[in-house]
Amino acid sequence: MRTLKTLAVAAAALALSTTATLAQTVAITNGRILTGSGEIARGTVVIRDGRIASVGAGVAVPAGAEVIDAQGGVVAPGFVAVDSGLGGIEVSALSDTNDLRQASNSLSAAFDLSWGLDPDSFTLPVARLGGITRAIVVPQHPGSSGGHAHEEDTAGVGEGGLHSPGLFAGQAAAIHLAEGTDILVQPRIAMVAPFGDAGAGVAGGARGAEFTLFREILREVRLYAANRAAYDRGALRDLMLSRADLEALIPVAQGRMPLIISVHRASDIRNVLRLAREENLDIILDGAEEGWRVADEIAAAGVPVLLNPLSNLPQSFEVRGATMENAARLHAAGVVIAIKGNEGSVHRARETRYNAGNAVAHGLPYEAAIAAITVNPARIFGLDDRFGGIRSGVAADVVVWTGDPLEPLSQPTAIFINGQRQSLQSRALELRDRYQVRSAMPPAYRN
Amino acid sequence: MRSLMIAASAAMLALTGCATTGGPGSPGATASGSSSEGAALLPGLRGLSDPYPSTYRPLPAEDLAIVGATVMTGAGQRIENGVVVVVGGRIAAVGGADTPIPTGIRRIDAAGRFVTPGIIDAHSHLGVYPSPSVQATSDGNEATNPNTGQVWSEHSVWPQDPGFNRAREGGVTTLQILPGSANLFGGRSVTLRNVPSVSMQGMKFPEAPYGLKMACGENPSRVYGGRNQSPATGMGNMAGFRAGWIEAQNYRRRWDEYNRAVEAGEDPDPPTRDLRLETLAGVLSGDILVQNHCYRADEMMLMIDLAREFGYRITTFHHASESYKIADVLAAEGICSATWAGWWGFKMEALDGIEENAALLEAAGACTVIHSDDDTLTQRLNQEAAAALSAGRRAGLNISEEDALSWITLNAARSIGVEGQTGSLEVGKRADVVIWSANPFSIYARADQVFIDGARVHDRFDPAYQPRSDFELGQPGQEGR
Repeated sequence: MRTLKTLAVAAAALALSTTATLAQTVAITNGRILTGSGEIARGTVVIRDGRIASVGAGVAVPAGAEVIDAQGGVVAPGFVAVDSGLGGIEVSALSDTNDLRQASNSLSAAFDLSWGLDPDSFTLPVARLGGITRAIVVPQHPGSSGGHAHEEDTAGVGEGGLHSPGLFAGQAAAIHLAEGTDILVQPRIAMVAPFGDAGAGVAGGARGAEFTLFREILREVRLYAANRAAYDRGALRDLMLSRADLEALIPVAQGRMPLIISVHRASDIRNVLRLAREENLDIILDGAEEGWRVADEIAAAGVPVLLNPLSNLPQSFEVRGATMENAARLHAAGVVIAIKGNEGSVHRARETRYNAGNAVAHGLPYEAAIAAITVNPARIFGLDDRFGGIRSGVAADVVVWTGDPLEPLSQPTAIFINGQRQSLQSRALELRDRYQVRSAMPPAYRN
Repeated sequence: MRSLMIAASAAMLALTGCATTGGPGSPGATASGSSSEGAALLPGLRGLSDPYPSTYRPLPAEDLAIVGATVMTGAGQRIENGVVVVVGGRIAAVGGADTPIPTGIRRIDAAGRFVTPGIIDAHSHLGVYPSPSVQATSDGNEATNPNTGQVWSEHSVWPQDPGFNRAREGGVTTLQILPGSANLFGGRSVTLRNVPSVSMQGMKFPEAPYGLKMACGENPSRVYGGRNQSPATGMGNMAGFRAGWIEAQNYRRRWDEYNRAVEAGEDPDPPTRDLRLETLAGVLSGDILVQNHCYRADEMMLMIDLAREFGYRITTFHHASESYKIADVLAAEGICSATWAGWWGFKMEALDGIEENAALLEAAGACTVIHSDDDTLTQRLNQEAAAALSAGRRAGLNISEEDALSWITLNAARSIGVEGQTGSLEVGKRADVVIWSANPFSIYARADQVFIDGARVHDRFDPAYQPRSDFELGQPGQEGR
């Protein structure tokens, strides 16, 4: 009986996916469309061959298209979780299920987390139900927002078990959250380095040590890049990093790979901006709780910021100026911002939309909040020619909502990633369904 | 039927909400104040029960009437264009637009806005794990022995924690401050009024019962197992609990014998006071409420049997990620579950946490509470309740906003034994009130004004009512507040 039921479900699922594959063209009608850069009060989105074919108020439904009626709800771009651990962590406290940190003695910048991504992670469908369709997955370091940081619940665990071997945590990757066996969009899209308290800690305990060491490493990377043959012959002086790390840092030193710098205090942000200017680095600020105090300088440098708008407590001495107005003030100064989820955006990545809503409640214009979780992340990581927002030509990552997607009372009714309709199921919903019914047999027999 | 007057007497209030299991040892019975407390306490310990007494006095307040708002009482009612009258720091009337308003009192026009009871966080570590989070003030876990019933969280509270101010800005008027969960018996909780004060005593909620923090599961066995001590396993946890209660029973018996001897006119030597066992004995006598950190359904079932074995009652399971698996049991036992909507997966015992936990509990008739355990989440418990409500509706459960509001008001009050005093807008209760800019189930709603005992303690539009702790003074960034 159980086998029959499973088979029936499988057959239904197969039929669904077959239909989705055959129906290459989908038209989503009758919705308020948020494009990521603006709004269409009532319009149609046409998806063809995995991409957005057209969007607008007067767009006609192509013949033969599968029509999805948004029923007056909201059609929004899929959200992009930045500073995320999706696909790299299953259960935060289980180090065996965490592939976002490593403690090798001979590896830091070269750490490439894309090898450890798990398309079968049960965190992905949960995040998807929060409208997340892409993520920028980052390596963890002693100052990162990854992991469950509550002292009560981590009592006895120690300092999160993080023992970063160097100034660089490793390289980030972009993923999508579609069902299937391959979620990798692009590996090695950015380097990650902690500054502030955490960076100082890695460098030996003082900010002055980190900045000095950091510059020396860049000098050695450039020396190595210009003298690879000599290095191979053993004719170059000793360098601090391994060859793999040196190689990984060449594009950073040459300004071709963005460097995500986690930094919080206003003075640290200014120093990091100066470092980037003097060393010709392409940087992205992560955290930047006191960014609003130097907003004009960040804007003038053209440096984007990844931030959590809920950070408003002086949880350390480097975020004493934290305020809920940070997002609004940075945006007003002209800084491109991306809004993060909570706790490293893995299990709570789905709260990204609430964080954006709270930024609106504290002064960020609504359109800017939508942009901060859609087009801005794509743009910040140089992937805006591939996805981000609802516009012709980019990947069809589209979510149909019952209402304003920033409101907790709204829920998604249809999710497309790369034009493929996604299941609205998750392990959590299977648990819910199992315990919502009563039967004579134990729950284990239910679903 | 425009004038919906809710005129319950204070005595009836303890029976409202989901307080359906009133009786000896229930929170409703123990919350009613010092008179019953004195009778139930170990007789030999009378007079010793309150050595750090509350000095809380309501801040200066004026009588007022809040008019024109959508009122959600926390006890399940919703009144459009409602009136809330506050006299002498107490709720004097709640009703429709035609509710009589005493002449001469200040009117607050709240048209287009929403009024609710003050939010109650049943699980907070503000003050004991304050901001900034540094070793010097990390005072929430006396992780030196699996049984530290002798420690009281009130002795760790740092009243200058800026987190109290941020929580108040989110509408939080009452909090239970718990010790951490490293130990099987973590110590006593304290319930606070969320007012700025130089001392803990100045915040201490008068006549609120103490709680005993107990912790099931991974934390105690990890902390002590990691030191090659017991408990190192789940069965070690249970052995530790049972040993603790056996000691407490013996201790209680010694005091009973002493008191009998005194009453018989003898002159016996009193037993030596033991602060650790005093707390546990306070649970056995029904004076102290059990606040039990427990994630998994199977472990909650063990804790329910443990309570039966030793004759005490569990008031609330905290975190309670798997309560939905035993919702009917919890409803029948009258045990509250204080949980989240969005937290799951951070460790094995939280793996099966689902957003629908609260809604499934509510549907089963169990006492449902949304808590924070977090200095950030406590600022937005209304949003956490909204997420939990939304998940419930997605599951087809027809739960109203006014019922979901009780998860962070009246039910939360019940879960810490103060439902006779606060948690709902009902006549006679403390006037703990929030005026919201919009429906509190909206992400865009802000707490415009917050009142505690009728006193305005926060006003989003008036800097004179935006208190800062001593720590916040002179810090960078204050210029941009």
